[in-house]
Amino acid sequence: MSSFWSAWIIVLTLPVLIGCAILLTWNLKNYVGVPEDQTTGHEVDGISEINNPLPRWWTYMFVLTLVWSVFYLAAYPGLGNFKGFLGWTSSNQGIKSLEESRLAVVKAVEEGRNVELDREMVRANEIYGPVFQQFAKRDVLDLAYDDDAIKIGQRLFLQNCALCHGSDARGQQGFPNLTDNDWLYGGTPDKIKETLLYGRKAAMPAWFDALGEQGIKEMTAYVLSLSGRAVNDREAEAGKAKFALCAACHGADGKGSLAHNLPFGAPNLTDNIWLYGGSAGAVEETLTKGRYGVMPAFKQTLGEDKVHILTAYVYRLAHPEQSAAAQ
Amino acid sequence: MSNKNHHDKIERSVGLLAILSIVAISFGTLVLITPLFFMDETTQPVDGMVPYTALQLEGRDIYVREGCVGCHSQMVRPFRAEVERYGHYSVAGESVWDHPFLWGSKRTGPDLARVGERYSDDWHYAHLMDPRSVVPQSNMPGFPWLDKNLLDGKHTARKMEVLQSYGVPYSDEDIAGAASAVQGKTEMQALIAYLQSLGTHLK
Repeated sequence: MSSFWSAWIIVLTLPVLIGCAILLTWNLKNYVGVPEDQTTGHEVDGISEINNPLPRWWTYMFVLTLVWSVFYLAAYPGLGNFKGFLGWTSSNQGIKSLEESRLAVVKAVEEGRNVELDREMVRANEIYGPVFQQFAKRDVLDLAYDDDAIKIGQRLFLQNCALCHGSDARGQQGFPNLTDNDWLYGGTPDKIKETLLYGRKAAMPAWFDALGEQGIKEMTAYVLSLSGRAVNDREAEAGKAKFALCAACHGADGKGSLAHNLPFGAPNLTDNIWLYGGSAGAVEETLTKGRYGVMPAFKQTLGEDKVHILTAYVYRLAHPEQSAAAQ
Repeated sequence: MSNKNHHDKIERSVGLLAILSIVAISFGTLVLITPLFFMDETTQPVDGMVPYTALQLEGRDIYVREGCVGCHSQMVRPFRAEVERYGHYSVAGESVWDHPFLWGSKRTGPDLARVGERYSDDWHYAHLMDPRSVVPQSNMPGFPWLDKNLLDGKHTARKMEVLQSYGVPYSDEDIAGAASAVQGKTEMQALIAYLQSLGTHLK
């Protein structure tokens, strides 16, 4: 705040307090000239007006608010740039970027400044930080079968992941089932963690312009035939002829990008697991309009330590039993 | 009754009472509000901020029209419980181009100040069509008509001109291309575009 506005606030605030005090004394004077509870002499239809001022304890409360305001303005930041003798502030002010915010926290903690939020975060970190750090040191495969880690992981999952993947993690149309050990971007701890930290953006293009209505029908037949479904053979043959379009991502054998170590997240079309539905209608829609599934990034929101535990939880979902090798 | 009691005059004259009340209240306004119009903290955008695109702007107006602000605030307060749930607390520089701001005052649903990029577009679509399809315990109403209503973009350019006159840095190209940028898009697409932009400018 510039010194002009700081002065502006001080110059307007203090006289108002004094003004309030003057107004209060002025109004508490006994103007009627008779003691309390005595009639003023006005009488109408047998009803007399009695001097009945505000109770004294009530008027003392006005005085108390004035006293409080003086204390408040001395202790807390209220008078322009004056920070108050407690040096208290709710949060760091005037933040213009996350980096600036981070530096402001470091600086405030170093200088021992009384920033409520920073102190709250430091206190919480003293309690919970070591817990998460202890887990962060351990391997995901180990944590996946640690009851405490899984309990924390489940909380994190319910609060952050269940909205899309469901509280039972079995997903729904457009949001993958995490319990079936079928992965789009890889199911190793490293890959799961990468997905959680940085998110994923899938892009299945719309093929209507390239294939046309008949082409979409034929391709649908071929795609369904890949997982052993009964289809019109003639249509499937025609679809197969054009599958080169799809092979770039799904592989020539349709087994998906993961089977070919490619990072596109293109699903395996041969396993009869369908993210957007496996009916002919759903596959047709996928081909016609394309699909753009997005997994949001959680690095910013949860931080690496929590993501580490969540990785273990997600790994456990697909591997409920600890394998002999891991033990 | 003593003639010295000038307050008696104020109590007997409603006009004088009203005028003096306004004078009294105006001190609060002058102290609490006026400086905010001139301080860098409250008038300068956060680093790298860009104004809403034409589609996001239309989405914002749908947010206003459907009364989302009645149940959703857009203000993450500086408390640990909120910061851990929603992300960095809201700062003044994020709202400088919002006319009017939509901070809200009631949370029947969660705060939306940082909802941008937290969920996928597909999720927002499913959720706005039928909230209970993705959040079984939700009591939010569905907004399926947004998927049918198309934007015509008739007023988009004008809206941007008005915002430009308030100091939002829209370029003339932005305004010229506004109508074509939103024409034929559904209200659903606009609203989702707006939601996905919320809180993403503080980087």
